[in-house]
Order: sequence, then C-alpha cells, then structure tokens
Amino acid sequence: MASLNVRAALLSVSFLILALGLWEMATQPPEALTGLTEYEMLMGGVEQESRVPPPSAVIKLAWEELSNPFYDAGANDKGIGIQLAYSVYRVLTGYLAAMAIALPVGFLIGMSPLMYKALNPYIQLLRPISPLAWMPLALFIIQDSDASAIFVIFICSIWPMLLNTAFGVANVRQDWVNVARTHELGPLRTAITVILPAAAPTILTGMRISIGIAWLVIVAAEMLVGGTGIGYYVWNEWNNLDLASVIFSILMIGVVGMLLDLALGKAQKLVEYKE
Amino acid sequence: MSKSFLEVDGLSKVYPDGQGGELTVFEDIRFALEKGEFVCIIGHSGCGKSTILNVLAGLDEASAGNVVMNGKEVKGPGLERGVVFQNYSLLPWKTTLNNIVFAVRARWPNWSKEKVKEHSERYLKMVGLEHALNRKPSQLSGGMRQRVSIARAFATQPELLLLDEPFGALDALTRGVIQDELVKIWEETRQTVFMITHDVDEAILLSDRIFLMSNGPNARIAESVKVDIPHPRARATIFQNPAYHKTRDYLVDFLVNRSGSALPEEDGSPRLVEPAKGAAEASSATTESETAARAVNA
Ligand SMILES: Nc1ncnc2c1ncn2[C@@H]1O[C@H](COP(=O)(O)OP(=O)(O)OP(=O)(O)O)[C@@H](O)[C@H]1O
Ligand SMILES: [Mg+2]
Repeated sequence: MASLNVRAALLSVSFLILALGLWEMATQPPEALTGLTEYEMLMGGVEQESRVPPPSAVIKLAWEELSNPFYDAGANDKGIGIQLAYSVYRVLTGYLAAMAIALPVGFLIGMSPLMYKALNPYIQLLRPISPLAWMPLALFIIQDSDASAIFVIFICSIWPMLLNTAFGVANVRQDWVNVARTHELGPLRTAITVILPAAAPTILTGMRISIGIAWLVIVAAEMLVGGTGIGYYVWNEWNNLDLASVIFSILMIGVVGMLLDLALGKAQKLVEYKE
Repeated sequence: MSKSFLEVDGLSKVYPDGQGGELTVFEDIRFALEKGEFVCIIGHSGCGKSTILNVLAGLDEASAGNVVMNGKEVKGPGLERGVVFQNYSLLPWKTTLNNIVFAVRARWPNWSKEKVKEHSERYLKMVGLEHALNRKPSQLSGGMRQRVSIARAFATQPELLLLDEPFGALDALTRGVIQDELVKIWEETRQTVFMITHDVDEAILLSDRIFLMSNGPNARIAESVKVDIPHPRARATIFQNPAYHKTRDYLVDFLVNRSGSALPEEDGSPRLVEPAKGAAEASSATTESETAARAVNA
C-alpha cells in the first residue's frame, strides 16, 4: 500500500488530467469549420478568437511568456514577470507601511485599556469599508495613481494586523508578565523579550490574513488605476480579447498569492510555541 | 527601624463582595521572618495565602498594612524577592537553559555571556536537569518544569524566596523527589524561604516554623508552630523523630478542629507554639490520631 502522500499526489494529477481533458474537448472548434470558404475561414478565425481557448493554447502561451517573462516592448506590451513585479512591489510597499503603523499602535492598544477604549470606535467604523472605496479620495489627494494603489493596499492590510496585534498583546498570560515584573524588566524590555514573543503567533496570523487580502485587492486596484501591474494586464488582455492571456494571468495571480501565503506561513512556524 | 529581616505589619485585603458590600479576605496579618529561616504557611483554601504571598512579592497590593524588608518598604516587585509560581510560569518559547539565562541576565546585567551560561547551568545541575538544557518547557514533564522554575528562582539568589504551592500539581512520587532536592538546595544556600503548602508532611520536612491561618473571611495568622527537628532532614528518616508526630498531630488538629475559631495574641501577632517541647506535657494531651500514628510506628 502506497503512503497517503503518494496516493494523494496520484489523485491530484488524475484530477488535473481529467479537468484539462474535459476543457480541451469542450473548446474544440466545430467540425463544419473545415468546409468553409476562405472568407468564412477568415471570419471564423475571428469567431474562434472569442471562444474560450483550449488548455493546449493556454499552455503554449504560458511557455512563451515564461521563457521570456521580463521583456519590455512599450507601455502595452510587457512580460508577465514585469507586471507581477509591479504588483508585488505595490503590495509589499503598502503592506510594510501598514505594518510599521499597525504593530506599534496594536501594542499600544493591547497594553492600554484606555487607548483601546478610545480608539476602538474608529477602528470598528473604518474596518468594514471596502478598500477600493478609498480610491477616488486617494487619487484626488495624492494625485498619483501608483501611490494611490499603494495607499489602498496600506488601508486594507492594516486592520487584521492592528486587531491581531492588539488582541495578542492584551491576552499575554499574566503569569509571563509577572515573570518580567519579578525580574525588574523595564517596559521596553518587557515588550521585546516577553510580550512580543508571547503575542507573535497571533500577530503573524494577522499578518498572514493581511497579505492575502492585499493580494486580492491589488488586482482590483490596478484594474482601476491602469498603467502597470497584473490587474491592469488582465484587464488589458480582456480588452484585446486575448482570453488565453487572461486565463494564464489568472493562474499566475494564484501562484504568486500562494507563494506570499507560504512565506508568511513559514514565518508563522518560526514564532510558534507550544505551552 | 525594624529589627527582623522581614516585617509584615497589619496587612489586610478587602474585595467588593459583588453585592455592593465589602469582603475582608484577611485582616491584621502580622509576622516577622529572620534571615535564613524556612517558613511554611498552611490554611484552608480561599483564606488568602496566595494574596499574602503576592503582596510580599509586590505583585499585588494590600488594602492596608505594610511590608518592610531590610528596613525598606516593599513597593512593587523586585529581584531581591524571587517567586516560584504554582503553574511554573516558564517562558514556553525559550529553552530550559534560556529560561534561567533570562533571569540571571536580568539579575546581573554586567556579567559576560559565558559567566551567565555557566552560572545557569550550575543551578540546572542542582535540580538534575543538565541533560535537558536545550529542550522547551512543552517537552518536559510537570515535575521537570517545576524543577526549572525552582532553579530559576534560586539562580538569581534572592534574599527572600516566595513559593506558592510549588508542588501542588505534582504526583506524590515526583513531589517527594523534588522535596528532597529542595531540602538539598536549601541546605547549601540557606536562603530565606516563605512557602505556601497544603501538605502537612511537606511543611514539617521543610520548615523551621509553620504559620497556621484561620478560615476566611477575616482570616488571621493565628499560630506560629515551631518545628523542633534538627537539620539536615530527610524524607525517609524524619518519621523516626518523635517530634515529627507531635508536630504533625498538632497541625492536623488545628486544621480539622480549630481553624474556624483560632485567634492570634491580643496584639495581633501569631501565638507561638512548640508542640514537641517536653514529652510529659504532650503525652497528657494525646489525641486519637497521635495514638494511631504511634501504633503504626511501633
Ligand atoms: N479579584 C477578586 N475579587 C474578589 N475576590 C477575590 C479576588 N481575588 C481573590 N479573591 C478572593 O480572595 C480570597 C483569597 O484568595 P487566595 O487566592 O489568596 O486564596 P488561597 O488561600 O491562596 O487559596 P488556595 O489555597 O485555594 O490557593 C478568595 O476567597 C477569593 O475568593
Ligand atoms: Mg493559592
């Protein structure tokens, strides 16, 4: 009997083959097409363009794109690697800025019931706002589409980090705080050597949720602001009716999102502890 | 100024009773500890032992009264008072060794890395854990964790050690082994120790004096019982000492029959009792349990 992992892998591959096969069959051009005039062939070519492309076409395109991901042939023709890099750059910039605010403020709120009570109403009010709703205001104030997209990422990734940090810090076991107190640690050393490691798993959970949301939002934000980025790329290819490229970029969005999540998952493992 | 090493004067603790009134858990607690003494405190659950210990540690505040150690009033926690908590309170993300290093470094910030490590390892060796230096607390048994916790407290060489039922969560066998270790460390270091326990035998094995608390609310430290058994003591042989049985019977009798009504002296200090003093007095007051204990011993 093969191990569970081997069997699961076999099953996964079979599902993939099955799905690709069905997809390929469902997207074959109709038989009638072969007996058409030259003119109709030409028109049929157009018609075929607007049909969902078969997986073979997507794979062929993926191969081409991935063998030269960083080419740059003008504003509307950049490699998928460049577009993804723009998106990742915006996500990371907004995300790191959010982190720089959310962690200290989260600490403050978590350590001080007064600050918690004072700031909580605002957090509860701002948190449910769709990050894209900020876009017009951001565009007007910042006057720069790139920075506005980064701002939207900032605003959407700040809440899970802020709330999880505050929650993690507020719920550090009193016993551990007492250990710090009986050893006469100052507030800063207590925060760094006891509270931070104690709350780190909760904080990292918040950071992982944030990066997921940021990656979801960047696609929509770039569709709105245009110019560069994977979101713009998807929208642009849709306007070109190049569905193979649309499908390919959807897959790439999934892959990058998965990698970001994996990275945060690894970080989470590092700070985890068992009681 | 105070004459004793530690002087506790008129301590009381009042909580709201939840119905708008007040509940005085204990009141007018007075006692003194001398340097190098090992004192246990026994009383029924809820009488306020942990609260008193936390006030001594500076982790809790009394509603009235004060604590003076070495002529200085205790306000807030400090490194000169080490605490061993019932639930070990080790930092779970640090290894055994680093839990001790953490404390030693806090105590002597100017020590070199090597010196801190060497010192920490020495104390872990004392509790027989030199093989588990790099394990996390979650990989240790309850008994091993409590040993680490004890090593941490002794390693910082506090002037006063406060132990809150350190063996309460351990099985009887493990408890016995660690009691022996505690006796050994204490014989070596002769630190002043104030310890809460529910175990009469444990109290006799370890203490020079045992404080008996009356039941709450309005609990008091009613009596201070002298344990007249010479050091070094060992769990295996202490039963052979007649003073052991007299002391034990006295304590059990207090806890079973008198803890509800016992009161301290007029001036609020605990009544001094020496149950093992003078065989004649003691035998005239033979209790049932004492007879039973003798029968077993014969
Ligand atoms: N925050 C609080 N509010 C109200 N009452 C409290 C509070 N904390 C403790 N008490 C009361 O104070 C009393 C003393 O508690 P404490 O933990 O000191 O008892 P203890 O003697 O250590 O008991 P045990 O032997 O069970 O550990 C208890 O009766 C408890 O109900
Ligand atoms: Mg207690």
